[in-house]
Amino acid sequence: MTVERLIQSRDEFWAAGFTGDLAELIPLLQYYQETHGYISPEGVEAIAGFLGISEARVYTVASFYAQFRFQKPGKNHVFVCLGTACHVQGGVDLANEIHEHLHIRNGETTPDGQFDFKEVACLGCCAQAAVVEVNGKIYAKMNREKLRKVLKEHQHA
Amino acid sequence: MLEKLRLEAQQRWQERTSHNQAVIYIGTASCGRAAGALETLQAIRETLQDLGKEARIIEVGCIGPCYLEPLMDIALPGLARVSYANVTPAKARQILAACLTTGDLLPGKAAGHFGDDSFTRTSGIQPFFDLPMLKPQQRIILQKCGIIDPEDFDSALSTGAYKGLERAFTLGPEGIILEMQQAGLRGRGGAGFPTFRKWQAARTATGKPKYVVCNADEGDPGAFMNRALLEGDPHAVLEGMLIGGYAIGAREGIVYMRAEYPLAVKRMCKAIGQAYNSGLLGCNICNSGFDFDIRVQEGAGAFVCGEETALIASLEGLRGMPRPRPPYPTDRGYKGKPTLINNTESFGTVPAVLREGGEWFRQFGTASNPGTKTFSLVGKTRYTGLIEIPLGMTLRQVVEEIGGGTRFPFKAIQTGGPLGGCLPADRLDTPITYETMRELGSIMGSGGLIVMDESTCNVDMARYFVGFACSESCGNCTPCRVGTRILKDTLEKIVSGEGEPEDLEVMQRAAETMNNASLCGLGQAASNPVISSLKYFRQEYEEHIHQKFCRSAVCTELFEYTILPERCTGCGACVKVCPETAIHGERKQAHTLDTTRCVKCNACVRVCPVHAIVGAPVGTQAGTTRLAEAAI
Ligand SMILES: Cc1cc2nc3c(=O)[nH]c(=O)nc-3n(C[C@H](O)[C@H](O)[C@H](O)COP(=O)(O)O)c2cc1C
Ligand code: FES
Repeated sequence: MTVERLIQSRDEFWAAGFTGDLAELIPLLQYYQETHGYISPEGVEAIAGFLGISEARVYTVASFYAQFRFQKPGKNHVFVCLGTACHVQGGVDLANEIHEHLHIRNGETTPDGQFDFKEVACLGCCAQAAVVEVNGKIYAKMNREKLRKVLKEHQHA
Repeated sequence: MLEKLRLEAQQRWQERTSHNQAVIYIGTASCGRAAGALETLQAIRETLQDLGKEARIIEVGCIGPCYLEPLMDIALPGLARVSYANVTPAKARQILAACLTTGDLLPGKAAGHFGDDSFTRTSGIQPFFDLPMLKPQQRIILQKCGIIDPEDFDSALSTGAYKGLERAFTLGPEGIILEMQQAGLRGRGGAGFPTFRKWQAARTATGKPKYVVCNADEGDPGAFMNRALLEGDPHAVLEGMLIGGYAIGAREGIVYMRAEYPLAVKRMCKAIGQAYNSGLLGCNICNSGFDFDIRVQEGAGAFVCGEETALIASLEGLRGMPRPRPPYPTDRGYKGKPTLINNTESFGTVPAVLREGGEWFRQFGTASNPGTKTFSLVGKTRYTGLIEIPLGMTLRQVVEEIGGGTRFPFKAIQTGGPLGGCLPADRLDTPITYETMRELGSIMGSGGLIVMDESTCNVDMARYFVGFACSESCGNCTPCRVGTRILKDTLEKIVSGEGEPEDLEVMQRAAETMNNASLCGLGQAASNPVISSLKYFRQEYEEHIHQKFCRSAVCTELFEYTILPERCTGCGACVKVCPETAIHGERKQAHTLDTTRCVKCNACVRVCPVHAIVGAPVGTQAGTTRLAEAAI
């Protein structure tokens, strides 16, 4: 990364209200993922430069938390809940449906960039289990057929 | 102090809900949205336009009975609020048309009303809180959830928000802690540590500045009490934090929120903004000389960050790894300073305690477990949702009265989430308290209750929980890192049919080491699901190991489906969904299932209304024999 780029991202972080305090590392990663879609190597470099710490230190923290992704996400984001309530109501079937239908596993993106998929532990709508979230919208009481339909809707959209 | 503010808020709120125009309330918390509340809301707007009627629409939080979502209430001018359940867009149109044009409240369609007894008589509608699920409950923490508009400050203020804070200012820090001692509130995050003692310790700790942290990192998968409170009444949590901050002499508060709860985060941030604008946060709050700031920090998806020392590490920008205690956070917490960490619900209970007094709070619950506690009741009960009960109520009351029982025979209830235990039917008469749960080998935890029936396999559940603990273990201490792995691998072996008799002993030994030697509560309690189910459901483990049979028809390798002729009514529902046409039979006559074609997708089990499709040991069914013959 060139010095200009580092300065540019520093200004961007400042503008977003960050001060350079070490405690801001996780919010910074969240901000970067929010604005860039994922934590790219450039992102790690920019954040490390901004906080004055090593890139390894940024990776140490980022890789600990399930929220951060290091691969370019797809157009549509699919989350299948595998929390307890959803497990009891057949959440695993839904995850299997994704493997079989989209041929991707937890954390991957389809080759055509249409979908990325992540397993999560509870979206807080347990009484409506099993639950799937697509692009921020939660679908309740899901089964394989319903999930296939939802995926199809998004594929065409 | 707040009289003027409150009076104005009351006026504005009354104008908004005044009884010369209809008011429509709709529950748009995450759970309502999942059930389709936003589509219903859209339909309401369109219908109003079509009908040419004016009405005020107010979005409210979750009132609890999630199985009734989406819930829509209508208050016609001068009349009580009437609630309708499972309101699809079409149903919304129908109800609005009747109510708004002819004034017909459609009593047959109403779920209940929020008015007084005379309204019951005149309308022919039952009170909402008389619903079987709600009647045995006691609502203190959830009192306003689903009733008020959580994004409208006037709504909160006019229903008594910050009254507890006002009283707290008159009592002073020592008085507050005394009141908390009288109330006997115990931490709702799981361990049940007396809240007043924690506050006392934080107050007397030396070191400045002090911090208040609200633990809203509800990590228990299958529980949503904190989410519902944050989405339904965020000011209650803020008020609790303010009171705590004043009592211990802190200057800053942080709400550590789970990132998977975007709506809760949004509503909390909004509430914080409202509190700043009204002088309830910032400098010299209500002329008391007390300064306090609150900010939100989002977690990043790690269960272990619910543990207080890991949470602090996460706040400091580190990996969320717990450290040994003592020193406790009240001595050395965030940035090495004294820090008060309480659960969201603990803070949410504080305003009521201060407002009504410790004695009042004590009238609920038992002597050693005072007050009420929220639980999320999910799984196979008829009614599911968020409940609040006085502690000491029995599990049976919760499952049978509030939950309405299970459709198929009850098997077990998991309390305390992934670190809790699985309790069988003959323990249902146990009162729910911190101590009794621990004695049974489970924990109270933060309040997840998952009910399982015969279609749930206890070995598979144990595998699930241990798998969760294994992937969420931070890896810092060996007993937890290796122990969860041993448990997980052993259970995976058992559910895939490779179990050996000595496996049970191996798990017992691993569990013991983990209990004794792990650094934090995760490792210490991660074996609870295994040990408790071994204690109460040992037979199922033995069937898995010796007979290679899963009677609940969950562990794919260990059963074949069969249709019980005495249960099957021949409705044909299973035939329609079977992707392999493996089920045959005349209508109204018992069906048969061809195991050679069956792929165990379990679509038929899900649609069977009488639970006639069950598991049988492998190789005992007709289809299999035919296959065996063919092979010869
Ligand atoms: C593995 C683990 C996970 C925890 N998760 C939570 C949680 O999600 N929410 C919570 O409030 N407390 C959680 N706790 C308990 C906290 O460490 C702490 O005891 C609690 O926040 C204290 O608040 P209280 O005194 O109000 O209960 C967890 C503890 C452990 C060991
Ligand atoms: S377990 Fe799936 S939403 Fe909670």
